[in-house]
Amino acid sequence: MSERLTYSNAKIRRILNDVATIAMVGASPTWNRPSYFAMKYLQEKGYRVIPVNARAAGGEILGERVYATLSEVPGPIDMVQIFRNSEAAGPITDEAIAVARDKAIKVVWMQLTVRNDEAAARAEAAGLEVVMDRCPKIEYGRLNAELSWGGFNSEIITSRRRRVVSA
Amino acid sequence: MTSRLDKRYSRPEFGFETRMIHAGTQPEPVTGARQTPIFQNTSYVFHDVEHAASLFNLQTFGFIYSRLTNPTVAALEERIASLEAGRGATCSASGHAAQVMTFFAFMEPGDAFIASNRLYGGSVTQFGKSFRKFDWRATFVDVDDPENVRRALTPKCKAIFVESLANPGGVVSDLEPLAVIARDAGIPLIVDNTLATPYLCQPFEWGADLVVHSTTKYLSGNGTAVGGCVVDSGAFDWGRNDKFAGLSEPEPAYHGLRFWETFGDLAFTVHAHAVSLRDLGATMAPMNAFQTLLGIETLALRMERHCANAQAVAEFLAGHEAVGWVSYAGLESSPYHRLAGKYLPKGAGSVLTFGVKGGFEAGVRMVEACELFSHLANIGDTRSLVLHPASTTHRQLTDAQREAAGAGPDVVRLSVGLESLDDLIADLDQALKAATRDRASTTERARPRRRAPVIE
Repeated sequence: MSERLTYSNAKIRRILNDVATIAMVGASPTWNRPSYFAMKYLQEKGYRVIPVNARAAGGEILGERVYATLSEVPGPIDMVQIFRNSEAAGPITDEAIAVARDKAIKVVWMQLTVRNDEAAARAEAAGLEVVMDRCPKIEYGRLNAELSWGGFNSEIITSRRRRVVSA
Repeated sequence: MTSRLDKRYSRPEFGFETRMIHAGTQPEPVTGARQTPIFQNTSYVFHDVEHAASLFNLQTFGFIYSRLTNPTVAALEERIASLEAGRGATCSASGHAAQVMTFFAFMEPGDAFIASNRLYGGSVTQFGKSFRKFDWRATFVDVDDPENVRRALTPKCKAIFVESLANPGGVVSDLEPLAVIARDAGIPLIVDNTLATPYLCQPFEWGADLVVHSTTKYLSGNGTAVGGCVVDSGAFDWGRNDKFAGLSEPEPAYHGLRFWETFGDLAFTVHAHAVSLRDLGATMAPMNAFQTLLGIETLALRMERHCANAQAVAEFLAGHEAVGWVSYAGLESSPYHRLAGKYLPKGAGSVLTFGVKGGFEAGVRMVEACELFSHLANIGDTRSLVLHPASTTHRQLTDAQREAAGAGPDVVRLSVGLESLDDLIADLDQALKAATRDRASTTERARPRRRAPVIE
């Protein structure tokens, strides 16, 4: 197994702060699937999450219409999140590269355990930022000190007081 | 350098001493309180029904009820996870509770695991007797030759359990080859790191998958709070075979959720809170978590002095005429000295055993003659402690088990504390002299029972 990828907290924080619209490829309509958990959480944090899933196309997940492909998603997409296996991440990344200009895509993010180094190299060559083998929900929770509530190692050490934003 | 099976979640950005003070405890955001508040609280208000549903479905992070999670306990969990360079940790009411919780994650009736025959006597009793009621079968082997473990493996074996530094006895486990055997068998290596603490030994660095602690000992450090913890490295693939159905197969109580698939490297720790603490209920109290957090803030400093004092005491005892033998891995004469250099390079801990010439009777007399060492059944306190295991902690074992555990009739166990070294040595010297005086003088020392308390 290759070494675990490392990303600086600053990079992950910047991506999660800059992104507003996420196309989630592989989003499931089944409520107890991992992608559903992630989508629900990201929606609660204020992201617009648009599900992309050929098998569920035309339906709705968590109030959002499901599209079959990235190119069918209307309007801009800041980040493509890949909730498929590492092999499938290759063609999905290529699709993201193909529509990147049209949809103003800036980031390709592959889910925890999903890693495709060749696809990542192609995306980076096309000017996209890439994160692999990470969950945006876990990373958001980690940087926001919510992950710590579950006894996890957030790796965040700071003497600074976080600002509390009232809901 | 040897090839390492490095299963640490990541290489920490900050040093050990920084993490022992800061990990898990950012300033409290609402009030700005710098020290961690004691959340002496059972339950947490939901924003609305939808928020409650998300929490109960494990779809969002947050608190429901303190049997599962509590902010003060969570701060301690993160701190221990950080010090072990693990992914997550789950605290419990005691070290024994942490052990039940660890095995509860993946053991089914009829399953087995292999354990060192030199474990702390309380663990031997828990594994060998009480676990039988769940039909969990522990096979105890001498792990000094790791191949003994490989030979004892059966298809029903779900784990290998050892202590990095055994209690008592000054025995060091050879973690690296044990990790290879566990990896080959597709099962986790579980290491009790209580006596070493993460300051002296980093089991994940050597390929361990889970670490358990009695936080009662050096982590809390002052003999104030009973507690336990299990830390997950995050590196074990619970879906690699069909042995770990509790983590990899659908969980009926969570509507068919598969923990391993859904939570990945968080799965063990999520499961430990959401299933094990929920149903076993052996939760750590917030006040105990707070006291343990305070203790850990000085862990490195205390361990340095504990080890220095223990080394000096061991050397003193080794040269004492009333002492038959000393077992401390910090002594060059110890058969575990080489392993201690590899796995515990900063010191061999502060628990050691020695034999008083004169056997059981002399051991008992020595313990009773101490004036500064406290006669009690604990270790890892700032105070120096003394115990005669054969008549106390290891009393429930058979003679053979006691011998294997390094708790034979003449054995005295010390947990060397942080007092002035000269005072510790003087106390041991006078107690040894008293213990080995002839019977007449000991009888003379015995006083008749008094009717009223008298200041001695």
